[in-house]
Amino acid sequence: MLDRAVTGSQKYWGWLIFLLILMGIGFACYLYQFKVGLKITGMSRDVSWGFYIGQLTYFVGVAAGGVMVVLPYYLHDYKAFGRITILGEFLAVASVVMCGLFVMVDLGNLPRMINIMIYPNPTSILFWDMIVLNVYMLLNIVIGWNVLSAERKGISYQKWVKVLIYISIPWAFSIHTVTAFLYAGIPGRHFWLTAIMAARFLSSAFASGPALLILLCLIVRKVSKFDPGKEQIRTLGGIVTYAFILNMFFLLLEVFTAFYSQIPGHMHSFIYLFWGLEGHGSVLAPWMWASVAFAVVALALLIVPATRRREDILAVGCAAVIASTWIDKGFGLVIGGFIPNPFERVFEYWPTVPEVLISVGVWATGFFILSVLYKIVVSVKEEVAA
Amino acid sequence: MGVDRRGFLKIAGISALLGLGGKTAIDFFAPGDLEASMDAVPLTEGKRWAMVIDMQKMDEEMMDKCIEACHSEHNVPDLGNPKDEVKWLFKEEYEHTFPGQKHDYIGDEVKHKNFLLLCNHCSNPPCCRVCPTKATWQRKDGVVMMDQHRCIGCRFCMAACPFGARSFNWGDPRKAPKELNPDFPTNLGYPTREKGVVEKCTFCAERIAKGQLPACVEAANEIKENVLTFGDLADPDSGVRAILRKHYTIRRKPELGTEPNIFYIV
Repeated sequence: MLDRAVTGSQKYWGWLIFLLILMGIGFACYLYQFKVGLKITGMSRDVSWGFYIGQLTYFVGVAAGGVMVVLPYYLHDYKAFGRITILGEFLAVASVVMCGLFVMVDLGNLPRMINIMIYPNPTSILFWDMIVLNVYMLLNIVIGWNVLSAERKGISYQKWVKVLIYISIPWAFSIHTVTAFLYAGIPGRHFWLTAIMAARFLSSAFASGPALLILLCLIVRKVSKFDPGKEQIRTLGGIVTYAFILNMFFLLLEVFTAFYSQIPGHMHSFIYLFWGLEGHGSVLAPWMWASVAFAVVALALLIVPATRRREDILAVGCAAVIASTWIDKGFGLVIGGFIPNPFERVFEYWPTVPEVLISVGVWATGFFILSVLYKIVVSVKEEVAA
Repeated sequence: MGVDRRGFLKIAGISALLGLGGKTAIDFFAPGDLEASMDAVPLTEGKRWAMVIDMQKMDEEMMDKCIEACHSEHNVPDLGNPKDEVKWLFKEEYEHTFPGQKHDYIGDEVKHKNFLLLCNHCSNPPCCRVCPTKATWQRKDGVVMMDQHRCIGCRFCMAACPFGARSFNWGDPRKAPKELNPDFPTNLGYPTREKGVVEKCTFCAERIAKGQLPACVEAANEIKENVLTFGDLADPDSGVRAILRKHYTIRRKPELGTEPNIFYIV
């Protein structure tokens, strides 16, 4: 099937070359960072994780979100999703690759990464995160590939694949739960020390993952002869709506606990993120308010059935969901946890140009893999239909 | 079995050919052996090392002397840039050292009075819990130790430490500005670090192994005795236990349950 990836239109090749250029720029910036050190980023003694780890967190969510097409099909026998489970699985693969790369570019000493295997520490959540993410990626590659090959040959896939599929469903929940535990078990970072963190992560994952999937389905329909289907997109729209309402509800629960209890540590990061703290303005405030604005737009467009059921408006709603969750989780959540610092002083963070270019390089790598995998899927689907 | 001279040279030779070096090579070819031979270095006899800092007797000059002694003992360079600063022993104002204790009516003198801060060598250290490679771990004598040569630079420990005691080498410490660090490395007997690893106070593990007091305590003692007191909490007859019996002392953020082992007389 791999041959399907190397035969394509000029547009397909142009897109891949465009991504390769971005990957090249990102890689060059990474070589510079590798040589000089992480001081080329905006991170500091006080905000010791930044954009990279925020993006890791966000894309674990997108990866987990793929299960929202797999679960209804395999557990509830919702037949319509059979057409697009493969798109969810391959989106998960590309997302996990991005997660891995974001961790790698964040490490101070990449060659020593092998130490996680040589001296594993079972009490470290990072160790478990590495395991669950890698296994999830493998599961999705193996499942996706086998199901697609079977479809191409017009036969049904082997029984053992089904076993893997059943494993992959709870596994999707595990990757984002473990990622939430990276934050939720740390004493002294009040913003993160909340039992609802994993639930928040999952709800935002099940909103942003399927939202991205809807946009991808619409693109696939436009650029190929394979139509993911009207019903499929409509059902996904419903899933995005419920998950996003839950996500906003969970966020408001946090706000209530912080501000009704009036415990300073619980309020500080929120106050910093939206208004600035102790005489310092906040560079993140415009972004955080934008996240709220996107959320309001998304809720309005998605909750009203008349707008949600129109695919063009649904697309706008999904884009708003992605923007809102991306700012909230990919940016505010990680950086907000570090501000104020353990001395209750405010040191701000803003990513530098090389830091952003390295991140663009990682995104480009993810989208390169996604494009190649989707190209194979689309070719097979077109072939089977013909 | 430990690594003898012959074995060491053999591993070193093969490693050099493969382009590996140092402890990594030994860990790779003879896992555990170097640790075993390191165990042979007599551990200090303490079971729970701790420090009491008497802030009533402490002054700015003394703090500066202690910091200088610590940072030159451990080759901590001055980077001339607060964003990338590495600090093992440092000063912070009262209201920021004990943020839970501040109120609107504290006199300015107390509010802005500097305290001497270092790793708390917690009995229940979250940093060791989160480290994915055991590059930071708690020794039997309570010292929260740091292996800068195993650390992968993930900075999970920095997120986990509620005391801001950990620093990361954002740049290469060996390339610290020459004009600020004319004689770096200040101590040829202590290793310098690569960029991209975390470091922190180790209670001068290398000195207590030789039966010496930590560098900061020694520096303080040269000015005035009993301002910094280092000793074993597990020993009821130790100096630290005597002071803790006699004086009212406080610790930073005890409510988090990390059990800090640095006590302040205020």
